[in-house]
Amino acid sequence: MKESLELKNLYDDFRDSKTIKAYSKLIHQEAKKLNRNINIMEVCGGHTHTIMKYGLPQLMPKNIKFIHGPGCPVCIMPKHRIDHAYTLAMQEDVILVTLGDMIKVPGSKGSLQQARAKGADVRFVYSPMECIKISKDNPDKKIIFFAIGFETTTPMTAGLIDVVIRQNIKNILFHINHVTVPEVMEELINSRDEHIDSYNNQIDAFLGPSHVSVIAGAKIYEKFPKEYHRPVVVSGFEPVDVMEGVLMILKQFNENRCENEIQYKRVVSFEGNIKAQEMIERYFKKASLFKWRGLGNVSNSGWKLKEEYSYLDAEVIYKDILPIEEIEDHKLCICGDILRGIAHPTECTIFGTACKPNNPVGSCMVSSEGACAAYYKYGNLI
Amino acid sequence: MVKTVPLSAGNGGEENSELISRVFYKAFKNDILLKSEDAALLDIDGKVAMSTDSFTVTPLFFNGGDIGKLSICGTCNDLAMMGAKPKYLTVGFIIEEGFGYRELEKIVRSMKKELEINGAVIVSGDTKVMPKGTIDKVIINTTGVGEVNYEGISSNSITEDDLILVSRDIGSHGATIFTAREGIELSSNLKSDCASLYPIVKALLDERVKITALRDATRGGLSAVLNEWARQSDICIEIDEESIPVSQEVFGVCEMLGFEPTMLANEGTFCLAINRDDAFRALEVLKRFNENAQIIGKVTDAHKKRVVLNSSYGTKRFLDTPTGELLPRIC
Repeated sequence: MKESLELKNLYDDFRDSKTIKAYSKLIHQEAKKLNRNINIMEVCGGHTHTIMKYGLPQLMPKNIKFIHGPGCPVCIMPKHRIDHAYTLAMQEDVILVTLGDMIKVPGSKGSLQQARAKGADVRFVYSPMECIKISKDNPDKKIIFFAIGFETTTPMTAGLIDVVIRQNIKNILFHINHVTVPEVMEELINSRDEHIDSYNNQIDAFLGPSHVSVIAGAKIYEKFPKEYHRPVVVSGFEPVDVMEGVLMILKQFNENRCENEIQYKRVVSFEGNIKAQEMIERYFKKASLFKWRGLGNVSNSGWKLKEEYSYLDAEVIYKDILPIEEIEDHKLCICGDILRGIAHPTECTIFGTACKPNNPVGSCMVSSEGACAAYYKYGNLI
Repeated sequence: MVKTVPLSAGNGGEENSELISRVFYKAFKNDILLKSEDAALLDIDGKVAMSTDSFTVTPLFFNGGDIGKLSICGTCNDLAMMGAKPKYLTVGFIIEEGFGYRELEKIVRSMKKELEINGAVIVSGDTKVMPKGTIDKVIINTTGVGEVNYEGISSNSITEDDLILVSRDIGSHGATIFTAREGIELSSNLKSDCASLYPIVKALLDERVKITALRDATRGGLSAVLNEWARQSDICIEIDEESIPVSQEVFGVCEMLGFEPTMLANEGTFCLAINRDDAFRALEVLKRFNENAQIIGKVTDAHKKRVVLNSSYGTKRFLDTPTGELLPRIC
């Protein structure tokens, strides 16, 4: 008989209920030895999604809590950047291309979905490379790729830029909104509560975003145990991965270690994908500031195209029509506090009332990876 | 030259008659329709069920069906879900100018075949042609009436005495259409579940299974039906997550795009609320048609008006009604 690999072979063991239960037991044992609470921030929205979908907080001892971090590229996109996308999409000769659920996020003028309803040509793709076919099918249009995402998706944009340059494709432009993880993690640790003027973040340890590290390597988290005394465990996205990651963090506390470890060894290495890193360095340089929805300006956390590629940069080419005004987050929204671990989604006065997944006010409600959306969707039965 | 439907085919003149006689009458002919009166006269005994639905789908032809098959299954299934035998249907075609004759004939042939499965006939029809670009190819409306063979089926009367069943693996229509529409090139056996459900309902009735509620899990998928039931009957439905049947193909699409199988549309899959005493007998009948039929949950009072998913490792979460357009998650 022919042996073949089925999809379920890839995840079955990582969702196995006996294994999950066994890890839960081990986590309880380790947690008992601690005489303190531990708050673990899962930075990545993919982790938040897994944690909520599989109900993992219900398997945790009372002294272990998750803080849901800012790692959802759709959620953190500030309104003025979405207004850029909207403005570009509404141009006569433009096809605006972006990834997945970006198109439903409202800016101050509306979402890309609403632009589409008004006649704009907005498309979402699975791979930036699909832009090449769109550009060939529409030679008289400008294709603008509204590039979003963390280290994970940045090389794909760089790959498209590479092809556009090598094949001398004239009608593809870029609007770059790529952001990086370590800078925002530092921001979360350093942030000061303006009301009581003190550093009061609640983060004791990090579950490191792992698909980010497939590209950038686990090395990007080295400074957290060393300079900030926060252990990091780079974990996979299946429930068993997350449970093992939590256990590894607790063991570090009990064994008085503070390290940068990898749980997700099946795909993450310390150095990461050097070729992809080179590709990013070739076309991009760090922007001095990027404004994160819910968190505000974070220095060195965004990429932009290097000057020599400004002829591909929609922000440069269309600068006369793009809105420059920055838009403040909604006054009642407490996403910033939620992202810092100071508040819980259900403590927000507009959670589930004025702010819902189909009409999100704040960043955490925008995508199913945001903390508020995950709470809204899956509830919390404990 | 490829023959297409001209704008003039909707104006009641000669081109209109040609379209009707060559395409529609040819496929749908029966005594009532051929009388060509202003309205059809029908003989029906007892209580009558009636339902209407309009159909638009991209692509028009997909693995497992097409818009024609869909337009008959959709309305007949709604009748069957109320314990009715589909009998008479009306059909309205709104066609974009320039639509291919051959495609139209193919759609009509599918409709004919599906009508035969249901033992139903088209008794009245209407055709409109819209200028090119004003609609997307073709839209079909069907309205149907059926003879109620089993009274008392209602989504408002489910109680803790009932178990919840599903007639087959879920989500294949939604997954098929989504991958076809977005041009995701997958080599897989993905096929829409599009099918008429009356034969299965008839088998249940023939076996004298006591039915509390039936509902086909179309748009919004399994989660929409269960949430509607929980609200309408003021109950909590607790589902055992592992028991929900999902094919490997559908699961694969969901894994790749970040969807939940419970949110994907179905066109030949239905949920049943059946009294505990009859549930296993109902399951046997369902398994004759599809071996993936399953008892998936029970009714409790834990969280009224909500649906709870219980995992095999002891966690619980709500199963929510899907909102908005299905869009893939990014990472």
